[in-house]
Amino acid sequence: MTKDLNETARERTPWGRIARDGLWDNNVVLAQMLALCPLLAVTGTATNGLGLGLASLVVMVASGLLVSSLRGLITPQVRIPVFVLIIATLVTLVDLAMNAWLHDLHKVLGLFIPLIVTNCAILGRAESFASRNRIAPAVFDGLMMGVGFTLVLVTLGAMRELIGSGTLFANASLLLGEAMGFLEVTLISDYRGFLLMILPPGGFLALGFLLAGQRLLKRLPNIKRRAQSASLASPG
Amino acid sequence: MSRSLPQTFTDRDGIGYQALLLAGFALAASVLLVVGNLVTKGPIAERKAEDLLASLEQVIPAELHDNDLLANPMMIPRSSLNSGSGSSRSPSRHGENPIIVYRALRGLDVTAVAFETLGQGYAGPIRVLLGIGVDGRILGARVLAHSETPGLGDKIEIARDAWITDFNGRDLTDPPPEQWAVKKDGGVFDQFSGATITPRAVVAAIKGGLEIFAAQRDALIASVVITTETSQ
Repeated sequence: MTKDLNETARERTPWGRIARDGLWDNNVVLAQMLALCPLLAVTGTATNGLGLGLASLVVMVASGLLVSSLRGLITPQVRIPVFVLIIATLVTLVDLAMNAWLHDLHKVLGLFIPLIVTNCAILGRAESFASRNRIAPAVFDGLMMGVGFTLVLVTLGAMRELIGSGTLFANASLLLGEAMGFLEVTLISDYRGFLLMILPPGGFLALGFLLAGQRLLKRLPNIKRRAQSASLASPG
Repeated sequence: MSRSLPQTFTDRDGIGYQALLLAGFALAASVLLVVGNLVTKGPIAERKAEDLLASLEQVIPAELHDNDLLANPMMIPRSSLNSGSGSSRSPSRHGENPIIVYRALRGLDVTAVAFETLGQGYAGPIRVLLGIGVDGRILGARVLAHSETPGLGDKIEIARDAWITDFNGRDLTDPPPEQWAVKKDGGVFDQFSGATITPRAVVAAIKGGLEIFAAQRDALIASVVITTETSQ
């Protein structure tokens, strides 16, 4: 993982590489294992996951933009407090904006928005990418890392919601407006619910399966190759 | 981070520059936050008022009042509430916060009051908004906020279960005081399977609210002209 970080930081990175890193290879959760606290806390439903994911995404893009455009000013000695200050300011502004204009969602996520400050993934990207790259790649990296994080949050939320309460995207209209109400699906009607998945342990279980799944997908080419060579080697 | 940092960092090592840089960023951040606060203050207050009004309308029927429920709330200092059995909560915990009583008026007569009462649930305080008619009967009760276990204790929310409507029309004599409890404690109110502490807390909160109303009844339902004079 550290090798990965250095690699991306060293050179001007091509766009495809940045996207691949953010979404899969160096995904905030799946590879870097960061931001697990807000991740596990809010993913009781897919909608909550989406809400926190989008809020984090906004902060990541804005912090990428600011850190990268101010990198000429910031000296190495005080960079960490400056980054923290930038991120904390952004998070507070997002918190205020959500409270004012997405109030219903804020009631659900309110407790977790300030936690974005402690999302080490954002400081990590500011330190290892945005402060060493031009503005455009830094913003793109923030976007891709944010999208990658959001995807994991939504996937995890959907898994837990589906198994835990038999619905998908419940209350999506609170987040996205009435127009997106069609997303709200009750997949299993008359479902009694499986409480464990909604409670914190369910978050750990679902995350475990998600990580195992990702490892498996990454290894699949190798396994196939090995199987092929084994079948070739074994006498028919 | 011991390896040398890339060229993108300029090497201005003077302590003065560092200090100015930090101060500059702190100043910029403060300005941004002040602006952000000013812009969002109005909308946030509006949303909160809308929330409160929506809850109030659920516990006070519309036909009982012709006033704006949020106008002229009445403050009752908690220190004046230590009469009788009250609730078992220690008064110091809620400190100086007065109880805010919203009054429903028809003309100048008070027809109902609503205020918030607290119960100690399984995972923290449960805030219950209680609407009471002048005759002391409950018009409605709604849980405003709680942190009970999802799937077990959250049946106290009207969105999940009609349980809380069981309180409608009751007063301190119906059921008699000793039966103001969940069935497990010899009372009349249902508990949920797997969650007794939560409904017990709500029952206690509502009973406490009724006791507050009984103790303060005269002040609460005095017609508005008089209360505005005496509220000073």
